[in-house]
Amino acid sequence: MAFQLTVNGDRHSIDVDGDTPLLWVLRDVLGMTGTKFGCGMALCGACTVHIDGVATRSCITSIDSVGNAAVTTIEAIGKTPSGQKIQNAWLDREVPQCGYCQSGQIMSASALLATNPHPSDADIDDAMSGNICRCGTYIRIREAIKQAAQSGG
Amino acid sequence: MTLNRHGFGSASCDRPASAEDLSRRGFLRAGAAASGALLLSLSLPFASRNGEAAKVETFVPNAFIRIGGDGEVVLTMPYVEMGQGTYTSIPMLIAEELEVDLKQVRLEHAPPNEKLYVNPLLGVQATGNSNAIRGAWQPLRQAGATARSMLVSAAAKRWKVDPSSCRAQSGEVLHVSTGRSIRYGELAADAAGMPVPENVTLKRPDEFKLIGTAAKRLDTPAKINGTALYGIDVRPPGVKIATLAQSPVFGGRVKSVDDAAAKAVKGVRQIVRLDDAVAVVADHMGAAKKGLAALKIEWDDGPHAKLITEEIGRELENATLKSGAVAQTIGDVDKAMASAVAKVEATYQVPFLAHATMEPMNCTVHVRKDGCEVWVGSQALARAQAVAAKTAGLPPDKVVVHNHLIGGGFGRRLEVDGIIRAVEIAKQVDAPVKVVWTREEDIQHDMYRPYWFDRISAGLDENGKPIAWSHRFAGSSVIARWLPPAFKNGLDPDSTEGAIDLVYDLPNFRVEYVRVEPPGIPTAFWRSVGPSHNVFVTESFVDEMAAAAKQDAVAYRRALLDKSPRAKAVLDLAAEKAGWGQPLPKGSGRGVSLQFAFGNYLAQIAEVEVSKDGEVRLRRVVCAVDCGTVVNPDTVQAQIQSGIIFGATAALYGEITLKDGRVEQSNFDTYRVLRMNEAPAIEAYIVKSSEPPGGMGETGTSAIVPAVANAIFAATAKRLRKMPIDTTALKQRV
Repeated sequence: MAFQLTVNGDRHSIDVDGDTPLLWVLRDVLGMTGTKFGCGMALCGACTVHIDGVATRSCITSIDSVGNAAVTTIEAIGKTPSGQKIQNAWLDREVPQCGYCQSGQIMSASALLATNPHPSDADIDDAMSGNICRCGTYIRIREAIKQAAQSGG
Repeated sequence: MTLNRHGFGSASCDRPASAEDLSRRGFLRAGAAASGALLLSLSLPFASRNGEAAKVETFVPNAFIRIGGDGEVVLTMPYVEMGQGTYTSIPMLIAEELEVDLKQVRLEHAPPNEKLYVNPLLGVQATGNSNAIRGAWQPLRQAGATARSMLVSAAAKRWKVDPSSCRAQSGEVLHVSTGRSIRYGELAADAAGMPVPENVTLKRPDEFKLIGTAAKRLDTPAKINGTALYGIDVRPPGVKIATLAQSPVFGGRVKSVDDAAAKAVKGVRQIVRLDDAVAVVADHMGAAKKGLAALKIEWDDGPHAKLITEEIGRELENATLKSGAVAQTIGDVDKAMASAVAKVEATYQVPFLAHATMEPMNCTVHVRKDGCEVWVGSQALARAQAVAAKTAGLPPDKVVVHNHLIGGGFGRRLEVDGIIRAVEIAKQVDAPVKVVWTREEDIQHDMYRPYWFDRISAGLDENGKPIAWSHRFAGSSVIARWLPPAFKNGLDPDSTEGAIDLVYDLPNFRVEYVRVEPPGIPTAFWRSVGPSHNVFVTESFVDEMAAAAKQDAVAYRRALLDKSPRAKAVLDLAAEKAGWGQPLPKGSGRGVSLQFAFGNYLAQIAEVEVSKDGEVRLRRVVCAVDCGTVVNPDTVQAQIQSGIIFGATAALYGEITLKDGRVEQSNFDTYRVLRMNEAPAIEAYIVKSSEPPGGMGETGTSAIVPAVANAIFAATAKRLRKMPIDTTALKQRV
């Protein structure tokens, strides 16, 4: 059966098995490759998207569990106030290196900032420790989140 | 891994090659390109031991600079971007001398061509060993200055004035006294007809406007909004997605496959059986993975079915009991050792390590009867093309390779095993097919940093000073497989880097290497290559010597550095900034390391806290580096942080083990990596220097491992000689 899915405000009809992870629907069916595959087990955070604003690992989220919820991906996160602040801070602090994990990092960080405008170091640890970066950009990620938090709002 | 051991910026490199040297040796040609552009062809030379450009016998260009009628500067060069910032720092070199804005320089991926795009320090078209900046530093500035000079001459000729009355600035030539100016684009065609100047003067460091500034990275904007395209993101029309299971034991084979259940999975299109792997081809990765899980594969495990890591360790240990190829010998070690007042001896081991790049292995291939197209992120593009052609049974000129951004290289993407696999699968599929490895497959079928076993001893005099040093180690030579001509007389320049040419004054010194290839597990380069192993051993051992001599670890090193002022300076700076010698709480300790590698002098001081359970927390790392001239200080800072986190991950957690011939680790739960909540505070201090630049991509990695081990010793009095850190050995040591 086909599933109705709302991604970044657009409705899609998706004809895949119900247990198909959202990650592959986004990347391979809809061609939205900004969301990345890293581990397939919710261990690395590269696949993070927002489902109704909540940071969610799309690699273990089956399509039949999404229902009518609104999915937001890296392609559209810049349209949210917290996403825009995070992206600006990422640019300013030159956070990315290889850049592969950064979609997921930005999605986790923008979800954090949306609910907690002035996160402490411990809050940042809690929200971001599920996102692995092999280039080791953690120090700049922390600085950039703090900078974004100070950029008003 | 450099063909010459040091490349630019080495200890013995006190004199940078002058502009005149390079020009005389004819590394550069200029002329007109189609459409009236000025085209400069460069032959980036091999660097020789003393840092001068080696003589170029025949002119074979491997980089190109084109200045078009629109004034845009296009650089085609052989290096690839893996996050190390090379797409920004290399254009900075040209823009500096050419007097253009960095934004005016556009980079084009070099197509695969081993002859044209040879890496001057590697001898093949590859990006690795932190040598892009080292190789490009002199010739690209020289090329920029040559183009500038020709543009100035063209303008002067048009105005009928003396070229010395003109000046280049901001992409145009200015006639100073009259204020007239002409843009580069309008001069390009004329400039192409001007003679190439014999000598051009390069800027003095105090004249640099761009080099030394924190120029913004050109690749960042696309990396924050999901538009950057990595190999895994390509979607040629009609592409199918495949994932695979390779023989769980290296060297094993497929015995039988029951694919009935897999074929019944919605979206699964085809099962491809190879000798030693099975792939499921599907409409999307979800279906491919589900199909793979439904396959019933019986394997013939082959000769390595019972292999365990301990067996490999024992074989390496035994190999160090016999003498090896002598990598370096100074003085008379045996005589000095016999006269020593005290002797220090130890053995060390480092494990196999996976690369675990964030972007899992992948490669997209479309094989047709008359040609083959490959989409991949590769550190070695010409090699990628060659193996694709061979596997497809086509001449190389029928193979088109599209290179893409690399989601982490660390040496993994110098290898082409994934490309061969993808072509093997694509040969059986009537469409483009993207072969994506699961994380489990990526970790269990990596090519690993070699396991090394080291035996080392030193003789100390009555003051505790080393008068003899003997170091013998055994392990795989990656070079012998990857670049066979560079393996000579039982030695290769990678395996020994960091073990020989130490910064210390050691009058009687011998290093031997025994090449032993482990059975049933492939090896490869891994970030910080030879030094990833050697610096752990040598810097742990110097610490052991200091402890045996009952001396402070920094003071002990310092007394051996009279011949290495740059090393002494970074050691002093790190010690000062770290507060070396100041008290720390119980259970905490500081450890130091000092190295010369990749053209840099680097000292690190790590601060650790060890809990009663033996858990190690890396709190803070202070790093001082003399990397010669800094091209982009922001990139240097980023690479130091990156290298330290990567190396700390290895020291704390990194280990690949074999049981029954199978890799026991499979994903980030069993192959743990450092996370945000575990990341140390890092302070990096850069020593101002006008020496040629060193490479920064790897140097932080090798230095942190001994710094952590030495800090644990300071905190617990327990010396850890085997990586990764064994927390059970540290329980109750506090």
